[in-house]
Amino acid sequence: MDIKVRYFASLRDRMGKGDEAVSFDQDTVTVADLWSKVSSESMPDSILVAVNMEYTDSSHELKNGDEVAFFPPVTGG
Amino acid sequence: MKVFITKDALDPYKEILDFENTALPAGKHGGVVSFVGTMRDFNDGQDVSAMDLDYYPGMTEHHIERVCQEAIDEWDVMDTLVVHRVGKMVPTDPIVLVAVWSAHRKDGFDACRYIINYLKDSAPFWKCEVTTSGEKHWVEHNSEDPGVAARKGLKKSA
Repeated sequence: MDIKVRYFASLRDRMGKGDEAVSFDQDTVTVADLWSKVSSESMPDSILVAVNMEYTDSSHELKNGDEVAFFPPVTGG
Repeated sequence: MKVFITKDALDPYKEILDFENTALPAGKHGGVVSFVGTMRDFNDGQDVSAMDLDYYPGMTEHHIERVCQEAIDEWDVMDTLVVHRVGKMVPTDPIVLVAVWSAHRKDGFDACRYIINYLKDSAPFWKCEVTTSGEKHWVEHNSEDPGVAARKGLKKSA
């Protein structure tokens, strides 16, 4: 399973990159599994997650080709 | 409904006039309610000299379009215009425009407030401020607005 991962704002700075491609051998992968693969730290409570540009949570099961974005609280307007 | 993100300087009052002259039928609306957000030269007790606004292309537009449609469905609104600036800007620059055309003012005010509150609450934008001493930092949260938490309560059906 291939997942495209994107990071924004302070999280992009912390991860040192804006995006990356992540592959899994197993068929069942959640957002939490993905976070564990890209970071050695536990996922901060304040971090928001979107799959294919819709807000969701860390229990969301991913599909091949999904785009997953992690980012801090939004501050527009 | 029109939503767009721009890196260019924003003249919100020209955008309102241009949209009204091209998209609204003449003589049918009773008013336009607008909110224009501008950049302050202070935040959280610090003097701010510049700002860089980041966003998530695609998701940002998609979520603003959705909330404009919710407002059009919820209130008696004829049309909506949202323009949000991104990239580098300085104090006094307009950041965001929300404009709502309606036959009657109550629907216009309610819909405009709903859209700007949603935007601040949920649309993926992030402000990175530069202070007058040259320090750069990401803004961690928007200032508290009780209207945001209560936005569902604004809806007529709620």
